[in-house]
This record gives sequence, C-alpha cells and structure tokens, in this order.
Amino acid sequence: MSLNVSNLTVHHGAICAVNQVSLAVPTGKLAAIIGSNGAGKTTLLRALSGLNKPTHGVVNWMGETITGTKPEKLVRLGISHVSEGKSVIPELTVKENLELGAIWRKDAKEMKESVDQVVSIFPRLGERISQRSDTLSGGERQMLAIGRAIMSKPKLLLLDEPSLGLAPLVVEQIFQTIRDLTTQMRLTVLLVEQNAMGALKIADLGIVLNLGKVVAVNHAQALIEDPAVRAAYLGY
Amino acid sequence: MQLLNTLLIGITAGSIYALMAIAFVLVWRSTRVVNFAQAGMALLSTYFGYEAVSRIGSFWVALPVAMIGGAIFAALVELILMRLLVKHASSGAIAGVAPIIATLGLLGVIRAVISMIWGGQDLRIVAPISNDGFTINGSTLVFSPLKLLILVVVVILLILLSILFQRTNLGLALRASAHAPEIARLSGVRVDAVRTLGWALAGAAGAVAGLFQTVNGNGTFSPDSIEFSLLLVSGFIAAVIGGLDSLLGAVLGGLFLGITISFVLMYVSSGLFFIAPFIVLLTVLFVRPQGIIGVKASRRA
Repeated sequence: MSLNVSNLTVHHGAICAVNQVSLAVPTGKLAAIIGSNGAGKTTLLRALSGLNKPTHGVVNWMGETITGTKPEKLVRLGISHVSEGKSVIPELTVKENLELGAIWRKDAKEMKESVDQVVSIFPRLGERISQRSDTLSGGERQMLAIGRAIMSKPKLLLLDEPSLGLAPLVVEQIFQTIRDLTTQMRLTVLLVEQNAMGALKIADLGIVLNLGKVVAVNHAQALIEDPAVRAAYLGY
Repeated sequence: MQLLNTLLIGITAGSIYALMAIAFVLVWRSTRVVNFAQAGMALLSTYFGYEAVSRIGSFWVALPVAMIGGAIFAALVELILMRLLVKHASSGAIAGVAPIIATLGLLGVIRAVISMIWGGQDLRIVAPISNDGFTINGSTLVFSPLKLLILVVVVILLILLSILFQRTNLGLALRASAHAPEIARLSGVRVDAVRTLGWALAGAAGAVAGLFQTVNGNGTFSPDSIEFSLLLVSGFIAAVIGGLDSLLGAVLGGLFLGITISFVLMYVSSGLFFIAPFIVLLTVLFVRPQGIIGVKASRRA
C-alpha cells in the first residue's frame, strides 16, 4: 500500500465534513471516490494534500506520516493535487502555468523536458503554448491543470472533479487520459467524481462516501454491479 | 519651450510617483493590504541613505544602502506585524481592514521613532549632480541634469523589475502567488516567503522614490516632511489609476498623474498643488473605475 489513511476526521468549524475515514490505495492503482454533493469528497482530498488540517487521524504515504504537512512540502514528496474547478491561473500563459508545476525543482533543462512531455500528451496545449490560459476552452483548461500536476513528476495524483462542467465527449477524453497516465507513468491516483459511472469505469477500485463516512469499498466493477450503489449513485 | 518644459517636469515627477505606486502594487498583490506606512518606510530609508552619504559622501552608495535598508525593514514588517495580524484577526468584521488600519498606525510609529533617533529638524541630502536647468539657445529649461538622471535610473529599475517578473522563476512565483495563492502552494511555491519578498521589493522601490523625491525637491527632509505626505498620496493615486493590481498600470498611472499635475499647475493655477492629484483620481474613478489597465472581473474568471 502506498497511501494509507486511517480514521481521518476533518471539521469545518463545528461541522464534521470527513468522519473517521480509513482507506488504502496500492501503488499504481486508480481509486475513484464517489458520492453525492456534500459527502466530504473535496474536503478529504484537501486534507490529503495539506490544504485542510485534519482534526484526527493519520495519513501515511510510502511509509512516511504526512498528516498536516503543508502542500508545498507534499509536492516535493511526489503528491500533486488538481483542485476543483479547472485549477489554472487565468492571468498566466499556458507555458507559465506548466512551468509553475515544476518551479520547485529549479532545473531549467528538466523543466523544458517536462513541458515537452506534457505537450506530447496534450498536443492541444502545444498549439496554445504562449496564449493566456483564460483563452482556453473548458476541456483545454482541465488538460492544462492536469498537465501542471504532471510537471511536478508526481507519484500520487489527487484529482478533484476533472469532469465538472465539461461536454460529454470531452469528459470521456479526459477520463481516458487519466486512465492512460495512471498506467504509463505508474501513478497512484485518487479521483473524486460526481460522475460516478464515468469514474468507476476507468478505476481499479471504488470508494463510496456518504455524509463524511466511507459506506462501501470494492473493486470498481463490483460497485458498478452492486444494486444499492446503482440505485443511489448510478441512477438506474 | 514652455510646453516641453512642463512635459519633462511632469515625466520626472511621474516617474517618482510610479516607483511609489509600484511599492503599493507589490504589497497589494502579495498580501491584499494597502500599505499606508509606505511613506514612513520611504522616509526611514531616506534617513538610511542620509547616514550613508554623511559617512561615505557618495550618493551612489546612499542609493543601494537606502534600498537594502528599506527592503529589510519592509520584510520585517511583513514577517512580524502582518503575519501576526492576519493570524489573530482572521475572522469577524475587522478581518479585512485590521491590517490596513495597522499600517496607518505604523506610519505614526515610524515618524515618532525617526524623531527620537534623528530629531525633528530638517536634514539635507545634496544631489549628486546639478539641478540647474539645461540651457538651449539662450533659454533655460527647468529640466535639469538631475531630473534626467532620475529618469534614467527609474527606467533602468523598471527594466530590471520587468525582467525579474517576466523572465525568472522567482517572478513566476511572485505572479502565481499574487493571482492564485492556493494553486501556487499546490505547485510547491512557498507562498509565505514570496509574500515577504513582495514587501521587500516594495521597500526597495519606496526607498528610491523617497531619495529622489528629496533631491528633486529642495534636498531637505524631516519626520513631518510634507514632500513625503505628497509622495504617499500621489503614489497611492497612481496605483489606483493603474488598477492597483498591475505593475505596468502603476508606471502608466504615475506618469499620467505627474504629467497632468504639471500641466494643471503651469496652465491653470499653481495654487492647485494639493487638490490636483485628487481631481485626477476622481476623474479616473468616474470614467474608468477599473483603472487604466484594470480589466473588469478578470480575477473572477
């Protein structure tokens, strides 16, 4: 197991957003976290990447306890978080957004190689490399956000709703890319999604969150076939 | 000839306002605070410069001494005062304004401390070259070698600053932290350190503005110097005209303000000295509330 979370609890003021969550993701696997609005998915991810401070519990990454570590340190340990809502900086160009992802490595040659690598994954970004990123379409912005995360050479990728607000065809594309990246780069991925079916289809395992608690963990395919999950989250 | 004169005086004064405006913008971008203590910091830096001049005797030593002193002082203010304030007033009605009011208080404290150390009397820094105007075809301009020098130094500093911001990783970190601190942190930028750096750069820019404002005037300064109050007001207005968020805007705002005031004083009435900047500010706020450069709602996108 590369990521081990045990009894993680996160509060927003008096509200308990994540309640004693325990989960484990093996190296190289893609885990989908599904659940309805307000289930605590985003808060869970933010606690894992250091943006929110947990009140209880332990996060262990590759044998090291990282509970409450700042995000700028976690990036250096190989944890990259793409936050909700196409996390790109509109005032910067596409290239600058990408370079930002590798900025802590302070190596110009490596940075250039990483930009080339991301462009080979997302050729569309290459065509728009010197444009301001607020000129991009929704799908391109999501590619850029993922590209920025890849720039930091992550081992663990935390993705928050990459399908949000995108057209169905683009969603399919983004999901396929996430699956490919996981396999090719041997990433461990935690994918938070409202689009439960889309996420489970590409995932190795699925975790269902409800009101801040884990209510089901299983192979993704098994969850798709589970009548209770189907009724509650897959809509049929 | 008078037209050219008025224009050149306006540009020189405007370039000093631009530096002050840049100081405001750098602080605003890094911590979302309008730093009214900026004039006090510039004044303190001028005293640092004064000490260097009286010991070593060269204005060209005084300038970097004032810049470094101003940068260190500003960084300490951010590290000690601002972080404490943000931590302890992070909620409630005063959360947004507490740091701004604190900078007003700090302005008073700096002036008081300066009076204690150097006394309240006028001190003098002698300009490195003549402030007597150039003579062309028998008529003498107000524009002088000193004003030309000020202009050249400001332009060089602006070029260096734009290289820093546009061409270096540090500049990228500064811009990313200003526009989206959370994304910057997730990308591995130590946003807290970058904020302190933003204040330090502002301190250095303010220091140059303070020294130049002094030598461009009659060379004297004191804790209650009216020149520095004017610098505070003009720099702030220039920053607002420029949209408060843009370095280019700050430069254009400073030049616009300097030139406009120069023309008003020359062709309307020299009695409008203290009112002219406010008239410019009000006009701009009515016509283009987002500033000259500012783009409406761009940061909500």
